[in-house]
Parts: sequence; structure tokens; C-alpha cells
Amino acid sequence: MDIVLLSRLQFAFTVSFHYIFPPLTIGLGIIIAYLETKYYFTKKPIFAKACQFWVKIFVLNFAIGVASGIVMEFQFGTNWASYSRFVGDVFGSALAAEGIFAFFLESGFLAVVAFGRQMVHAGFYLFSVYMVAMGSIFSAIWIVVANSWQQTPAGHHVVNIMREGTLPDGSTGMIPWVVDGVLQRRAEIVNFVEMVFNHSTVYRLSHVLLGCLAVGAFHVLSISAYYMLKGKHPEFARHSFNGALIMAFVASLGLGINGHFQAQNVYEYQPVKMAAYEGHFETGRGDLHLIGWPNGEEERVDYAIGIPGGLSFLLFDDITFSKPVVGLDRFKKEDQPPLVISFFSWRAMVGLGSLMILLTGLGLFYNWRGNLKEKRWLLWCFVFAIGFVMVANHSGWISAEVGRQPWTVNPPVTWDETGEDLVVGADGKVEYNEAEGLRTENSISAAVTPAEALTSLILFVILYIALTAVWIFVLDRKIRTGPVPLGPDEVHDDAYGMRQATIDKQHARLSSDDDEKGGAV
Amino acid sequence: MSPEILCIIWFIILNVLLIGYAILDGFDLGVGIVHPFAAKTDTERRLVMNSIGPLWDGNEVWLVTFGGALFAMFPNAYASIFSAFYLPFVLLLFALIFRAVSLEFRSKRTSGAWRSFWDFLFFLGSTLSALLFGVAVGALMQGLNISELGDYQGTLLDMVTPFSLLVGLFTVALLAMHGSIYLYLKTEGELQERLHGWMWGTFYVYLAFFVVVTLYSTILVDASLKHFTDYPILWLVPMLNVLAIANIPRAISQHRPFYAFISSSCTIAALVFLFSAALYPNLLPATNNPDYAITIFNAASSPLTQKIGLIIVAIGMPLVLSYTILIYWTFRGKVELGEDSY
Repeated sequence: MDIVLLSRLQFAFTVSFHYIFPPLTIGLGIIIAYLETKYYFTKKPIFAKACQFWVKIFVLNFAIGVASGIVMEFQFGTNWASYSRFVGDVFGSALAAEGIFAFFLESGFLAVVAFGRQMVHAGFYLFSVYMVAMGSIFSAIWIVVANSWQQTPAGHHVVNIMREGTLPDGSTGMIPWVVDGVLQRRAEIVNFVEMVFNHSTVYRLSHVLLGCLAVGAFHVLSISAYYMLKGKHPEFARHSFNGALIMAFVASLGLGINGHFQAQNVYEYQPVKMAAYEGHFETGRGDLHLIGWPNGEEERVDYAIGIPGGLSFLLFDDITFSKPVVGLDRFKKEDQPPLVISFFSWRAMVGLGSLMILLTGLGLFYNWRGNLKEKRWLLWCFVFAIGFVMVANHSGWISAEVGRQPWTVNPPVTWDETGEDLVVGADGKVEYNEAEGLRTENSISAAVTPAEALTSLILFVILYIALTAVWIFVLDRKIRTGPVPLGPDEVHDDAYGMRQATIDKQHARLSSDDDEKGGAV
Repeated sequence: MSPEILCIIWFIILNVLLIGYAILDGFDLGVGIVHPFAAKTDTERRLVMNSIGPLWDGNEVWLVTFGGALFAMFPNAYASIFSAFYLPFVLLLFALIFRAVSLEFRSKRTSGAWRSFWDFLFFLGSTLSALLFGVAVGALMQGLNISELGDYQGTLLDMVTPFSLLVGLFTVALLAMHGSIYLYLKTEGELQERLHGWMWGTFYVYLAFFVVVTLYSTILVDASLKHFTDYPILWLVPMLNVLAIANIPRAISQHRPFYAFISSSCTIAALVFLFSAALYPNLLPATNNPDYAITIFNAASSPLTQKIGLIIVAIGMPLVLSYTILIYWTFRGKVELGEDSY
């Protein structure tokens, strides 16, 4: 198989696996910070116990997140050496900043949060919880900065790499480096602040963080809805569910609003991506396809049902539903992203995102009416929703990354003076400045053979499938065991009934049985 | 600041990061290497794992930051080295994953088979990591056959030389000793007594490897002493190293394990220093054509990026050091099993 394809498959597979975990820890980190703050000020033990339970889940996810995250950092060098040489000056800086500012903070204070509750003062524990939440958010910032720079590069210039050589006059000096007739170039930072706040960073970062909040909140909703359905840990489940429901609704709604503006930003800086998302072949009125199958050969969307002019409305807030939208016809075939993946991943994200708003809205409505517990079907929806939220998150990334193809560093497009159409060449197609970007096919490692890449890909697939299985198995056990029940002397909450106290005693006995069999479970 | 000075400063910072990683994650890996042998019962094994439980992932961040800094400051070296060691580094990643997940998963079930399985993976992951780090160090000292662009042109077997394998085993022995001393510090009672024997055993193995590797590299690997004639002051480092090594058995006999630990940390620092001194100014020496070598000067990022990096380090490093000290202080003393333990 082709080395480019193998390297892409491996990157896509390993990053998809990795990205299961960071959103969980970022989202949970914020929830844990909220619970611990509540505990610090109210001293109600229910919050401490809830916090302890979520910390255990956090730690489990964090360990796999760290281990699979190192894989990502190494892969830029192992599989994408040419890319690394081209972007290292810019992209590497963001990665290094991530290590220093985010990972040390997160992993250091996680030690206190996970193992040190009995060892440190309550105030310091609360502080550590905040630091972990902050560290996880920082890590999202730097990696999204780096990725956004690939999408909409700014604050840099692409220059010839200079090497020592013989000048025309015969003396030694710095001359452009040419290998096998190819002039070697790379991107270098000119303005760090502009690089960090490039055209898409703010939109994309807020979208990613809201996505993480949604994953964290739906994760909590899933587990607490399950407990509510099974009548387990009622006090814990009620507190967790109510808090997480509000958070999930706010995050889902925020994703929708932010996503709207982000889409407008994508159209401005990467119009071909938007055209691929919507299967918009011909420049002109943009239709919104709710369903359909993009037919690249015939350049139309088959079986389409949609809103005529809907895309024009969304992109330009145009109530006439008619403003022209630049289509795929402005781009050469070799400059277009893969159509079908872009089209469907985009639809999956938007569609599932809309369902998230609907589901949390319904949940809030019934909760306000006070009869949510009777709507068992709705609670079951919450139990399984987390899976779909994760699919939505992944689809968003797939559409962002596949839509950037065939580039790893996307060169800019130029709009004409009306701002409504692109500047095109003689053949009516956009002429990208190849020197300003880097194609994916030119980004790989020359030192790696297809056989090596295939070997590593197969090994990663086997390892990650096994890890996923063990992770789900262990997580499932954790959830079934549930939060450590409150001891009788810790029960202050009136809602905490007689029956629950009995259940708790039983739990305590069961877990002491476990202890005799070999300790912590 | 001239561009050359910036490159040298960054070379030193990378060394500091590498030394930090080798000392800190070094004892985690060492603990994993001796884990199944030194600890017999389940409680003992839990003690061993919990002795590094709160610390290992923070220690691993030194590697992540080292990688990020190499990527940012010497992108050509990062690209060439990482793609040259393709399969070894993939295996290294697997080993690090095994280590991480076995710590996390082992305590989640009580069954004996479950726990033995993760004990084995913990051992395998730690040992393999140490071995591969050593092999990479040995191979880098000897240099690789690379193209003008810096892409590796040999095969996997070309880099597995007697010398690189020897350095790999040497690293395993070094970290096993370092980890045993660390465990001795953190444990009590019967387990600690058994570790006393392990400290001595691993020390002698390490000493034997040290003598062999030193002889091998000074006689057969040209790079190792190339700067010593120009800068005789460098002889101070191997001399201090020998003193540090000699101090390990002395401190053990005097029942001052903390001094032994400091000494083994010093010998790790000295060895990393000697490795960098052997490379300097190269990051990846080329065996086929010295002009193709990737040096800290021709692989460097632009001076502006290196300066931005220095600002990031100036802000970040004091923070990192303060919370590293804070965390080690919080978890000082003997390891105990509590309800939050693995």
C-alpha cells in the first residue's frame, strides 16, 4: 500500500482513539472543580463522595489519555518528517508550550487530587482541583492553536532554508539550501501573537472546549441517569444529574451558536471546505441539503431533500435566501477535499448537535415540571446519549481535518474586491500559491517504508482495540460499583432515607469482602 | 545574542530536560524492572506500584516536553531522528503505554491472573522502555547513514549494533539500580530488607556494564572523547561520575539510602552529559558523509522562535520546578496504602 495513505490511516486512527479521552478529562475536570467548590463551602459529604467518584473515573481516563497522547507527539516526527521540517519553527513552539504550561500543571496536581485527599488541607485540595481543570483546558488551547495555524496560517512567513555554501564570488557564506534541485523552504514565526490568534483560533478553540464540556456533562448524565433508572445512589444521582443537565444544555446550545459563526469563518478562509461539506458544486445560490448523497462524478447531490437557499441564509444571514456561494467548480480537482467523508461527517456533527439541544431541552422541561423520573424512555436516552455526543465530537474533527485536504498546511485564498467571489486564474479555477502551503503527499517521512508503516498500523489497531475493551470493562465495573456510600455518621441530608442507609450498609459489607479478597477494586 | 549562542543555550536546555527525564522517570522505569522479582505478595506489589503512583505521569511529562522542545527548536533533528528510529520508537510507545495502563488497570480486579498479567506488562513496559532508550543513545553516538536531507537510509538491523545493544542493557542495569534505591527509600520492613539485596545486586551488574561500556566507547567509538583534548576541563565530569558511583556502595553500607539515591541521580546526569558532549555539535552524526550531519546549528529554528522559546521557558520552568517540588514534598516519606491507592 501507499505510504501516504498508510501514514494518514495511522494518524487518523491513533488520534481518533486519543481524542476519546481528553474531552472526558477536560469536561470532568470542570465538573469536579464545581463539586469540590460546593463541598468546600457547604461541607455536605454528598459532594465529597461525588467528587471522589468522578476523580476515580477521571484518573482512569487520564492515564490512557497521557499514554495515547505521547503517540501523537512522536508521530509528527516518525511519520511526518517532511511536515515537521516545514512547520517545526511554528507548530513545534505551540507543542513545547503545551508541555511546559499545561501537562506539568495537570499531571502534578492530579497526583494531589487522586492520591492526596487525606494528606493535604482542604484549601490546598480545592486549589489542586482547580489547577487540574486549568491544566486540561490549557492543553486544549495550545494544540488547537497549532492545528488552527495549519488551517488558517498567520503570523509567519515561508522562507528559503539557508545553509553554508559557496557564494558566486567564491567565498563561503549562507546560500539557499537546494537538495536534488529542490529549493528547501520552511515556515518561520514572524509574529507570535498573530500566529497564536490566527483567523480561526478563537472560533475553533471555543468550539472544542464547548464540545469537551458537552462530553463531560453527557458522561455524567449517562451514569446518573442509569442510577436513577436502577434506583441506586439516589442522592448522588440527583445532584449529579441536575448540575450536568444544565451544563449539557448550555454547552449544546453554545455549540450551535458558536458553530454558526465558525461555519461563516470557514467559508471566508477555506471556502472549498464549506463547499465540500454542503456538496455545493456550482457557484450560485447555496442550498442546504438535509439528506442526500453527494455524487462527485455527476456533480450533484442525489436523493436530496433540503431548503433551497438555506446555505446562503446561514453563511451570509441573508433573508432573501439567494446570495451566491462559491462552489467546488472554482477549484481544481486536485485541490478539493474528499467529498463523501466531508459531506457526511459534517452532517453527522450538525445533526447530532441538534439532537443534543433537543434532548437536553426536553430534560430541562420535564425536570422543571417535576416528572422527569416518570419519563423512563427519556432517561434511557440520556444513558446512551454519551456515545452519540462522542460521535458528534469525532465527526467534527473528521470534517475539519479531511476538509483541509489535500493540504497539511492550507495556503490562503484571495477574495476579489466585491468580496463575493474568489480571485481565479485563466481557467476559472483558484490558483493556490504552492510555496505558501504544504501538500499532505509531500509531508511524509522518506525514511519509513510502506512495510514498516503497515506493521505499526496493524500493531496500533490490535493494541488500541484491546485497550478499548479493557477500558470499557473497567469503567463498567466502576460504574456498577458506584460511588462509595456515605457512612452513617456522615449522613446529614434529610432526603437520605432509612432504606438507603440499609443499602449502604450492605454495600459497605460487600466492599469489605472485596478488600479481604485482595484490596482496592 | 548571536544565533550560535542561542543554539548552544537551547542545546543546554534540552540536556537539562533530558537529565530531568532520565533521573525522574528513570526511577519509575527502574521500579518496574525490579517489580516482579523484588516484590512477592500482592500487598508488596501494590506498595511498589503506589510508590510511583502519584509521580510517574508527571515524570513522563519531561519526555513530552523534551520532544516538544526538540521539535520546536531543532525541527530537522526531530524529524530525522524520529523517522530514523521508526520501529524502535513505535515499540517504545507501546512500552510506555503498557507501563501506564498496567499501573491503572491492575488494581481494578482482584483475580490473581488479572493482577499477574498487569504485573508482567508493567515489567515488560518498563524494561523495554529502558532498553530502547539505551539502544537509541548508542546508535546516535555511532551515527547513522542519512541522505543530504537527513532521511535515514539504512535498515532496522543496521542500527542494532553490538555497541547500541550494550548501551541498551547498560541503561536497563542503571535504571534497575536507581529504581531499587528509590524503592528502598520508600518502603519498610521485610520488603525493604529484600530490596537491600537488590540494591547491591543491581549495583554490581551496573558496575560491570559501566566498565565494559566505558572501555568499549573510549576505544572503539571515536566520538566519545573527541572534545576532551581541546577542553581538558571536561575530564571533571567522568571523574565526578566515578566518585558518584563509588559513593553508592558507601552510602548503602552506611544505611544512608538518600545519599545513594542522590549519587545514582548524579551518575545518570553525568552519563547524559557525556552522551551530549560526545554528540556536540551534532544531534545526528552522519556515518556516510560528515557534511550531512545534523548539527545544532544547521537544524535550528529561526532566532526569533528560539527567543520566544526562551521567554516560554523563563516563565514556565520556575512554575514547573515549584510544583514538582511541591508534589514530591506532599508525597514524601514511606509509601502507605489508603483507599485512594492503586
